[in-house]
Amino acid sequence: MSALEKAMGLGLRSLNWFARLPLADRLGLRKASERVVFRGARAGFRGASAAARVFQSTQKLVKPARLKTGPRRGLFDLTPTDEQQMLREAAQSFALEQLRPAALAADSASAAPAALLQQATGLGFSQLGIPETLGGAGNERSAISNALIAEALALGDMGLAVACLAPAAVSTALVLWGDEQQQALYLPAFVGEQAPAAALALMEARPLFDPMHLQTTAQRDGTDFVLNGTKVLVPLAATAELFIVAAQLDTGPALFIIEGGSQGLEVEPDPAMGLRAAATGRVHMRQLRVPAAALIANGAAEVYRQCLALSRLGWCALAVGTAQAVLDYVVPYVNERVAFGEPISHRQSVAFAVANIGIELEGMRLATWRAAARADQGLDFVREAAIARRLCADKGAVIGADAVQLLGGHGYTKEYPVERWFRDLRAAGLMEGAVLI
Amino acid sequence: MIDLEIPKKFAPLVAQAHQVALEIFRPISRKYDLAEHSYPKELDMLASLLDGMNAGGGGEGAGAAGVRRDSVKDEGNRNSSNLSTVLGIMELCWGDVGLLLSMPRQGLGNSAIASVANEEQLRRFDGKWAAMAITEPQCGSDSAAIRTSARLDGDHYVLNGEKIYVTSGERAELVVVWATLDRNLGRAAIKSFVVEKGTPGFELVRLEHKLGIRASDTAAFMLKDVRVPKENLLGDPEVNVDKGFAGVMQTFDNTRPLVAGMAVGLTRACLDETRAALAGAGVEIDYARPALCQSAAAAELLRMESDYEAARLLTLQAAWMADNRKPNSLQASMAKAKAGRVCVDVALKCVELCGAIGYAETHLLEKWARDAKILDIFEGTQQIQLLIVARRLLGKSSAELK
Repeated sequence: MSALEKAMGLGLRSLNWFARLPLADRLGLRKASERVVFRGARAGFRGASAAARVFQSTQKLVKPARLKTGPRRGLFDLTPTDEQQMLREAAQSFALEQLRPAALAADSASAAPAALLQQATGLGFSQLGIPETLGGAGNERSAISNALIAEALALGDMGLAVACLAPAAVSTALVLWGDEQQQALYLPAFVGEQAPAAALALMEARPLFDPMHLQTTAQRDGTDFVLNGTKVLVPLAATAELFIVAAQLDTGPALFIIEGGSQGLEVEPDPAMGLRAAATGRVHMRQLRVPAAALIANGAAEVYRQCLALSRLGWCALAVGTAQAVLDYVVPYVNERVAFGEPISHRQSVAFAVANIGIELEGMRLATWRAAARADQGLDFVREAAIARRLCADKGAVIGADAVQLLGGHGYTKEYPVERWFRDLRAAGLMEGAVLI
Repeated sequence: MIDLEIPKKFAPLVAQAHQVALEIFRPISRKYDLAEHSYPKELDMLASLLDGMNAGGGGEGAGAAGVRRDSVKDEGNRNSSNLSTVLGIMELCWGDVGLLLSMPRQGLGNSAIASVANEEQLRRFDGKWAAMAITEPQCGSDSAAIRTSARLDGDHYVLNGEKIYVTSGERAELVVVWATLDRNLGRAAIKSFVVEKGTPGFELVRLEHKLGIRASDTAAFMLKDVRVPKENLLGDPEVNVDKGFAGVMQTFDNTRPLVAGMAVGLTRACLDETRAALAGAGVEIDYARPALCQSAAAAELLRMESDYEAARLLTLQAAWMADNRKPNSLQASMAKAKAGRVCVDVALKCVELCGAIGYAETHLLEKWARDAKILDIFEGTQQIQLLIVARRLLGKSSAELK
């Protein structure tokens, strides 16, 4: 233990000791120390996951229902279809009218208001990813549509957008890769009135996390699989009734369906720097037994590769939306804020920072769209997704930092939304799973 | 319907341009880098070939002939000459930027003529090589401050002044000269005039020695009572103070994506070379794995590829908007700003990654790094592009945001 670590340990120990002192009451310091204790307790609470409803097959499928892919026009085009434009505008109004005003409170509460999530479900964005034969509203597979919706929702708030989109990651995965039994068993619930909370859990807590080499394991035992390990930063972990979890099989990483309330499944809160409205949590699996039918696509390597890429693109789309929120916010701010007798936007150091936000944001958006459009055309898009990811990770973080910088001291306080965007934009560089376009 | 792939119909053009870059430009790249100011005569035959491509391809050539905004009215998405031109330029500059700039009849003056000339002028100047003269010893980015004057005298304008940094100034047959009709009226009085080589008083005084793009000649001119026919003024001869600079600046909305395209092509050349060199050294990017789980060189390569892709897509966006007659001033400047800085950053980093192979004259990386720097300067420096982008985003005038 280094001297520094020892000193810090001593500091904590003394804080603990301090909390017990009558002196603390006299000085009015009890509250502050209690907050520390409260936070510790909240972070440490660990319990059984939300019990899932009984998922039932209401219809029999002879083969899995997939969305067809649209026709290629074969021309370079940056214009969304009329339908996409409509969806995009609906999502934008919801984001600006509902999500943005609720963002600060949701961030503080580390939870999204249930009514808001209900409203998002009601808007039916996730239904578009579910085929009509399964009761959904989708007829075409469109990663671009999903990217546009994610981008629009993040314009309101990234954390709330993740909370809204987390269940769709599970339903989309089932539509893309689930077999007829998995689809028939789980997807009908997602088109009902009370769609379940659900989450795609990939992340593990270690430096240089590589989703191609997981520490969560799945071992064959007869016809079952036994899972062990911990997933982190899982959105809606405490309320999710269904998880898709990535675990290492002897053949490589693979996706498994796990129902909430399963024996051996525990969740605990895992609050982080940002995305707090998404109520991120840890999901512990200890000797968790699932039937062979829980394995998605027989553990096909290509499916997992695509899942990773589509998830990274989801984070890219969210970063693009948040970066757009930054640009839309800082432009009027620097135009109205006066220093040295004129708006600060009349200074090149300020104006150029705004210009660079605009330039890099546009590059992030185009790279994300390109990868998503390739996915829709059935072209390989793993490289393009990696490129979009790199851009959104690098430029997104800079845009978040510049947003705070442009507002100066104001930017550092919770009175302004930019500090939240600073925290949220960092996520785009490191998150795996959780969302899927 | 959102689709950012290169349309199939341009594949033959891109392939042809690539062949030219590979088989004609690359083999003579070093020769004309070393022999500055000597004319790359290999390009004459090529120019004829390109003229043929331009004539036969329905205006979808690889050169500067195609940047005119035609007035065809039809509904729906168009992929036409702006896009094809920028794609051709990207390929050719993957070969060699200096040689592209030396291509007969493909000068920036040709772009200016194609963009703003009337039908009669288009016919008269057809098939001639035109250079562009804007910069003066006292003014570069501040092109509104030019001093070269034009005075109407009967059927002629009389031009006086000094011009520098005229690309292809020695080899071109025409020079499009920016001059002011009245310095007191500011930008609105600045017009462009087509001056034919050999006009009395129009004298080439020197050729510059440069850091890069040495295959391209860069000339300085003196203008002493140069008489230019009235019909050689491009655009509107009236001084319209409200419309301001629009006439002459309109050229830039069309040419900036082309210069961005040059930077994109050069960036890809550096990346291709470095990727191959690193692969030989056992370093390859695994796109499915996070960058930071891989070697530093692989992570760096991925970062550069991402910046390249952003620059490339911004450039295609600006050209596509021009094809679809959408105002693209903002996007053209975004593309030029991004592509300009990315090509310098990538070229210098590739030299570093490749070590002596990157730095020595045995390979072309060191030359590309020298060539790259001009692309962040001419046709509007990085800082000018940022100013334009900032003014557009912030809704500021040039008087407010200086």
